[in-house]
Amino acid sequence: MDDKARKLAGIKQKEKTPMPEQKAKIRAHNFKEVPYGYTAEMAIEEAWRCTQCKNQPCVAGCPVEIDIPGFIAAIQQGDFREGINVIKRTNALPAVCGRVCPQEEQCEKFCIRGIKGEPVAIGRLERFAADWEAEQGEADLPEIAPSNGKKVAVIGAGPGGMTCGGDLVAMGYDVTVFEAFHDSGGVLLYGIPEVRLPKDIVSRKTDYLARMGVKFEYNMVVGNVLTIEEMREQGFEAFFVATGAGLPWFMNLKGEGLNGVYSANEFLTRANLMKAYDPKNYDTPTWVGSKTAVVGGGNVAMDSARTAMRLGSEHVYIVYRRALEQMPARNEEIHHAQEEGIEFLLLQNPLEILDDGEGWVSGMRCIRMELGEPDASGRRRPVPIEGSEFVLEVDGVVIAIGNGANPLFIDATPGLKVNKWGNILADDKGRTSLKGVFAGGDIVIGAATVIEAMGAGKIAARAIDEYLSGKAGDWSPELGE
Amino acid sequence: MRRIPVTHNSGGLSLFKIVKKVVLRHDIKQMDILAPLVARKIKPGQFIMFRVDESGERIPLTMVDHDPEKGTVRIIFQEVGKSTRQLGDMNEGDSVLDFIGPLGKYHKMTGGKHGRIIGVGGGIGIAPLLPKVREFQADGDEIISIIGARSKDLLILEDEMKAASSELNICTDDGSYGHKGFVTEILKQKLDESTNYDFVLAIGPPIMMKVVRDLVKPYGVPCYVSLNTIMVDGTGMCGSCRVSVGGKVKFACIDGPEMRGEEIDFAEMMSRQTRYVAEEKTSMERYLAKEGK
Ligand SMILES: Cc1cc2nc3c(=O)[nH]c(=O)nc-3n(C[C@H](O)[C@H](O)[C@H](O)COP(=O)(O)OP(=O)(O)OC[C@H]3O[C@@H](n4cnc5c(N)ncnc54)[C@H](O)[C@@H]3O)c2cc1C
Ligand SMILES: Cc1cc2nc3c(=O)[nH]c(=O)nc-3n(C[C@H](O)[C@H](O)[C@H](O)COP(=O)(O)OP(=O)(O)OC[C@H]3O[C@@H](n4cnc5c(N)ncnc54)[C@H](O)[C@@H]3O)c2cc1C
Ligand code: SF4
Ligand code: SF4
Ligand code: FES
Repeated sequence: MDDKARKLAGIKQKEKTPMPEQKAKIRAHNFKEVPYGYTAEMAIEEAWRCTQCKNQPCVAGCPVEIDIPGFIAAIQQGDFREGINVIKRTNALPAVCGRVCPQEEQCEKFCIRGIKGEPVAIGRLERFAADWEAEQGEADLPEIAPSNGKKVAVIGAGPGGMTCGGDLVAMGYDVTVFEAFHDSGGVLLYGIPEVRLPKDIVSRKTDYLARMGVKFEYNMVVGNVLTIEEMREQGFEAFFVATGAGLPWFMNLKGEGLNGVYSANEFLTRANLMKAYDPKNYDTPTWVGSKTAVVGGGNVAMDSARTAMRLGSEHVYIVYRRALEQMPARNEEIHHAQEEGIEFLLLQNPLEILDDGEGWVSGMRCIRMELGEPDASGRRRPVPIEGSEFVLEVDGVVIAIGNGANPLFIDATPGLKVNKWGNILADDKGRTSLKGVFAGGDIVIGAATVIEAMGAGKIAARAIDEYLSGKAGDWSPELGE
Repeated sequence: MRRIPVTHNSGGLSLFKIVKKVVLRHDIKQMDILAPLVARKIKPGQFIMFRVDESGERIPLTMVDHDPEKGTVRIIFQEVGKSTRQLGDMNEGDSVLDFIGPLGKYHKMTGGKHGRIIGVGGGIGIAPLLPKVREFQADGDEIISIIGARSKDLLILEDEMKAASSELNICTDDGSYGHKGFVTEILKQKLDESTNYDFVLAIGPPIMMKVVRDLVKPYGVPCYVSLNTIMVDGTGMCGSCRVSVGGKVKFACIDGPEMRGEEIDFAEMMSRQTRYVAEEKTSMERYLAKEGK
């Protein structure tokens, strides 16, 4: 087929080129990644569905403004090297974003092909390009400016911190990333499970950054072991705080302290970071019941439910107080969870977790909800239906309703202003109330997305460069609130 | 702390060397671990978490002593399961992969106002009590210590506690040494004599802390305890360590481990301590089989 024929075929094809994946019945019992990814042929076929619009609406939907038509054009021609290079100009973690971005809310939402059919599978193509590069052996390093000798500290090795560190090291800064855990990745490591994001991808990224010259120091709970002041004394001139949103919320339900009740963070950390799914080789224990209720409707809830199923729970329920359309989780995750046999109990809300008399869960008392008037966010608010209470028989519960700001670092950093929820206040450049201290990602905006955290890391890297090279003038943010 | 970056998840490159090991009792061991950044900062009542190797669990232990000059942190632990047993089997010169700290809130309880304090320590809880008592002594407080163990051969740190306290009382359950009976019996005598104390600090098994708390309450003397709930990260991220205090959820790792005891739901806490008994047993059996023990 020549290009013309390919183009025609692409225009005719209304739907995305399907991505091969593990069969639901099989994958629900293993921890391997679910979708296999496109082959080169599939990627080229899908790439030709892109009509290379002049005004590129998709680009505006991507928080890091990847030149989407540009990289897709290269894939059309089979020039995968050029494709990945275009992506990497603005996105340091394409293998991750291609897999976990909520594309339907971002780039793909604006794709004109989505008007009459499905949008171009931008995420899958991005993933393809990144995986192709990984198969070619060690990735080429970007150009790195000569060292300017200035020391910058990044606090937290999640996607925000890793992105900022990489950008700064490329500009010639001497960057050290301080991480509380014993490995880097943040939520990519301890939250999002292997079935969605293989941990090798995260390690590969760490190695790549290390080869670029980023130094990683683990076990460094900043605030306790070192404070910002002490780091200034050690010669660090600027700081990027990307400590994430790690303080699980509970619902203050009666029975939340029972055995068998987890926060999603605990459940996923035990399984992912501490590898509790492999008890033959790892010591950290975990426990699942035969019937598990996961409370919540976001990605975190889907991840918990799918992990519970893989750990051997026979029935797994998602208990969500609104309707399916209102679920914040990515469409693909909802779809995968449904295929794997997870049961969705919509418009239902827990009231109490019941004790079996020996300190373990024996059930969850719930109430049915209906959608009332829209609230401030424009979503119709769920209201309980009187007299509709019932008991859901479960022996395990995972609370996945979100995370607040972790106070550890903030409490140890006097003068750092926060809002009423404890999130750090920062202006549009990431500048906080403390001179030289920038912040971004979940710790600033509350629970968000990987790509938003990365975007914040990029903006902060540019702002730190301006600040340290004297281009920014004096520090101004007061951030009175 | 420092690890060569590209080898981030390979083991064996840590600084956390065991520089001194003392066997206090057959299953209670004391170690000085080289961890200069931790040693520089850690204060009485704070804890560390260690992980022996890549497959290990993160295990919390309280600092017993530290030497900022030498860069060492002293821990004392009882071998109760796989991880503590594995650490106990290690020797001077060996290293652990991770050693994280200081963790937990530092709680300066008296502020050097020359108070009167009762310290109660049970079993392995005497180890974390010691640095607290030493701090009170250095502040010029009067500190009455009551320590107990099941029997004489399980009692640790008697000399050190004696040197750090204004008065030391010893109890053993079986009467093999000191007062025959529980620490609470001596505590009750003291409180009956006088309630002129700033507070009681109790560290030991949860059941001991609960009984002490219940005993002290009616006397109107404040009671502090140090919680040893099951932890994963020790930084407030997971909620594994949560306890109910007056109906509110608190995290032992960042709100504690030291806390006012009056409103803690000890029944729930003790129940939560047993969450993984079956899994812990499997892990121990596997370790013993592998080591040929
Ligand atoms: C289960 C789960 C699933 C998700 N799924 C998706 C998804 O599909 N798509 C998507 O876009 N987003 C998803 N998200 C959200 C996304 O992961 C986050 O928005 C993103 O990771 C935020 O990045 P960050 O860099 O701000 O922080 P984090 O990723 O939270 O990283 C923060 C890092 O800082 C470290 N740290 C914290 N305190 C300190 C300290 N005092 N000193 C040193 N280090 C410290 C932490 O250990 C951590 O490594 C998910 C989140 C969860 C929990
Ligand atoms: C803040 C804090 C300080 C502590 N200080 C000391 C100390 O100074 N000396 C000492 O001997 N012990 C101390 N402990 C208790 C010590 O952490 C446990 O004995 C140890 O974790 C047992 O692990 P294991 O694998 O050897 O035994 P396991 O067989 O795994 O467990 C035995 C019992 O220990 C408890 N436990 C298990 N895992 C954990 C965990 N991850 N975190 C906490 N408790 C757990 C459970 O009640 C369990 O039933 C402390 C605990 C906490 C939370
Ligand atoms: S980074 Fe995310 S939003 Fe941007 S193009 Fe890729 S998948 Fe879309
Ligand atoms: S909007 Fe869709 S079709 Fe147009 S350039 Fe972007 S990806 Fe291609
Ligand atoms: S141990 Fe995880 S929050 Fe305390």
